[in-house]
Amino acid sequence: MVYSVTPNPYFFIVVFAGVALVFPILPLALAWLWRRFFQPPKPGAEKNATYECGVESVGEAQVQFRSQYYLYCIIFLIFDVEAVFLVPFAVAFTGLPVGAFIAILVFLLLLIEGLIWAWSKGCLDWALAQ
Amino acid sequence: MTEQIDEGLRNELQRQGIWVTSMQDLYNWGRRNSIWPLQFGLACCAIEMIATAASRYDIARFGGEVFRPSPRQADLMIVAGTVTKKMAPQIVRLYNQMPDPKYVISMGACAISGGPFKQGYNVLKGIDRYIPVDVYIPGCPPRPEALLHAFMELQRKIDGQKLTGITKAEHLDPGQPSEFPVPAFGEHDLEPVANPDVFHPPKMERQS
Repeated sequence: MVYSVTPNPYFFIVVFAGVALVFPILPLALAWLWRRFFQPPKPGAEKNATYECGVESVGEAQVQFRSQYYLYCIIFLIFDVEAVFLVPFAVAFTGLPVGAFIAILVFLLLLIEGLIWAWSKGCLDWALAQ
Repeated sequence: MTEQIDEGLRNELQRQGIWVTSMQDLYNWGRRNSIWPLQFGLACCAIEMIATAASRYDIARFGGEVFRPSPRQADLMIVAGTVTKKMAPQIVRLYNQMPDPKYVISMGACAISGGPFKQGYNVLKGIDRYIPVDVYIPGCPPRPEALLHAFMELQRKIDGQKLTGITKAEHLDPGQPSEFPVPAFGEHDLEPVANPDVFHPPKMERQS
């Protein structure tokens, strides 16, 4: 008579848990024993330092930027986009029809209007009066 | 543990399919075949070091192909190239951050003595002024074969390191420092100019 012994299905989970425990603990235990009996630990200020690039860190990690910087970036876009369009406009100026000239003037007017508005709002003052 | 096993007995056992070794031999065998160098190049010697790591010379044959970007994972520092006085503190700091046991190969004339740039105001006259060096390789730059030879010399050294006893390896000695003082920029030169605990230049003696 042939017995087919089917183990409890949870048995494998127990085996798995056992292996999962022994596998990491064994090297750690060996390392601890090695440290205990052979190799004395030699910690030090530099060995335990956070950074490992060879250069000493300077200052704080938490640096804050002024929120005013954000407005400056947006206003910079006015000049940036304007320059990108003005240069080809100036190069092709003599060959342009009247419609194109008026179009670029409208474009300039819109941007200048935005600049004047921002200026009047005080966005160009770096240290805004609180 | 460190007693040598009788060679004849070992051979006899080996013939029967039993492999006998000591803990020290096993430990050193593992260490010497998995030396992880610090990925760290300074000058033209670094190109030779890269060539050594690449397929033609293939330092992986000796177990040294895992160049680590962090000193915390490295066993070996290959000082490959001219060490400027600006770079010297960083090198010593990186060496300090490497875990024990750690080894240094001083690669090329520059790392040994300053080499062709020895007279330069900004060139350190040898990295052995600040950190202990295990193997020196002459050459300008040394060929990859020379670096491989140095690597094998280092393996030979590791193989001979004892775990216990009076002659045990230096890094196992609790009194042996693991960190060395980092030189600082002085008014004219690095201060101190050399670490007297590490730097033992050969004395010149004139024949009268």
